[in-house]
Amino acid sequence: MTDSGKNGAFIKIHDIYKSFKGVPVLRGVSLEIAKGDVVCIIGPSGSGKSTILRCVNALTPVDQGFIQVGDIQVTSRDLNMVALCHRVGMVFQQYNLFPHKTVLQNLTMAPIQVLKQPRAEVTERACALLDKVRLGNKADAYPGELSGGQQQRVAIARALCMQPEVILFDEVTAALDPEMVGEVLSVIREIARDGMTCMIVTHEMGFAREAANQMYFTDGGVIVESGAPDAFFSNPKDERTRSFLSKVL
Amino acid sequence: MSENHMKLGPQVGITLPEPKQRSGLAFSPELTSILLAILAVVGIVLILTLLSGADTGLLGELLKWTPFMAQGFALNVAISLFAIVFGTIGGVFLGMGQLAPRGWISAPSKILTQIFRNAPWLVLLFYCIFLIPFQVRIGGETYTISNWLRASIGFTIPIVANFSEIVRGALQSIPSGQWEAARSLGYTWRQTVLSVVLPQCIKRMLPPWMNLYAILLMATPLASIVGVEESMTNARTALQAEADGRLLLPLYAYLLSWFFIYCYPIARISKSLEDRFAVR
Repeated sequence: MTDSGKNGAFIKIHDIYKSFKGVPVLRGVSLEIAKGDVVCIIGPSGSGKSTILRCVNALTPVDQGFIQVGDIQVTSRDLNMVALCHRVGMVFQQYNLFPHKTVLQNLTMAPIQVLKQPRAEVTERACALLDKVRLGNKADAYPGELSGGQQQRVAIARALCMQPEVILFDEVTAALDPEMVGEVLSVIREIARDGMTCMIVTHEMGFAREAANQMYFTDGGVIVESGAPDAFFSNPKDERTRSFLSKVL
Repeated sequence: MSENHMKLGPQVGITLPEPKQRSGLAFSPELTSILLAILAVVGIVLILTLLSGADTGLLGELLKWTPFMAQGFALNVAISLFAIVFGTIGGVFLGMGQLAPRGWISAPSKILTQIFRNAPWLVLLFYCIFLIPFQVRIGGETYTISNWLRASIGFTIPIVANFSEIVRGALQSIPSGQWEAARSLGYTWRQTVLSVVLPQCIKRMLPPWMNLYAILLMATPLASIVGVEESMTNARTALQAEADGRLLLPLYAYLLSWFFIYCYPIARISKSLEDRFAVR
């Protein structure tokens, strides 16, 4: 069931439970992700897939169970947020760029203020990352002046600028106009190809099939099925997976 | 057609209204209305003066007392500036405190805000005048805390509480995604407020802050009740010295006009800022 790669698991999620105001959202989710893995989580809305991501970077505390990223116990009481954020980056559906800062400042402020890295070094890295997401000419623009796709690419660059070891993508193309989805997905594809560990919650089935090396299907707060993408898409075993795939494919 | 087309265009940041074509005087509508209002007030004062005394002697008396009253008015302005500066600083902290994740910070912050926001300013003023010692000894030196300083502290308290509510409202108006993004980048709660959320609120807080200042300035004559020699006290002194009943109406109208001339532009500017920031 679990996928422990050659290097052993980098992210371990063990039997986590979470409910919001008495409504259970996660009911015993376990999964393990090796370094360099690209994992896609799909499932109907409300199935808890975003909550899994939010638990991994401690935005949402779990009720029960434990999560470990590298040597960091995410669910421990004395979690060092700074250390965790140096490991785990996150990209949101609504971009959540800081509108009062320029694109370049959006990238540099957290490494400078939180990680206390020297400004010159951070700026150099940020510019390189902006070039990588093909927005080198927008460094001095404000987020409000960019299209949705451009903003989301800035958000990805911002996450990368923290030099994390894993990036969580939470439905990053769901708020975009269709013609902008491609440019964002191709950036994610490049990052994955460079060896970044990625946990991706998405509704883009074509992208998931091609980019992921492990698929998870969640429903009702549990992982119903998992497997390598080809087998997962062409020959789903569980009835719920089949009915979901038949609706979205 | 062309107007419709413009409305459909991308709304980037704050769109300023396009300047209208004007011939001749290049006054903005705000400036024009401020100047007109000031002219009207000065006119009213003059008319009242002339009506009250057919001879122009009254006008001379007004002018004679002007420096004395101006001295008092300067104190009104000084008290208001003291209270707004320290009230703003205190209000930022108390407003942040209201939203602090730790209960032992947020609960007292909320209680203090509500108590002092819902207390009559005059009562707070009395407390400060009578509870703050007249003199303090610090390291052998004796310092006198003058009346106006104690009154200023008295005005600072309601400003802190009122601004605390403005800060709280502004902080809460920032979408939760901003807080989450900051958190996911390792910002602590305090860093998030200071570097991410509060800077985005300044535009929103500016109009209510200016309103608060105008209200504060207009409340400063309350200090005359506790014996501070500000403009209201000085006006009364002038009336008693002249013992001329005809002076009553023009003199107070004259004083009112000063407050109006000082406050009306602030109110206008804050209104126009409000309108401008309303475009989102």
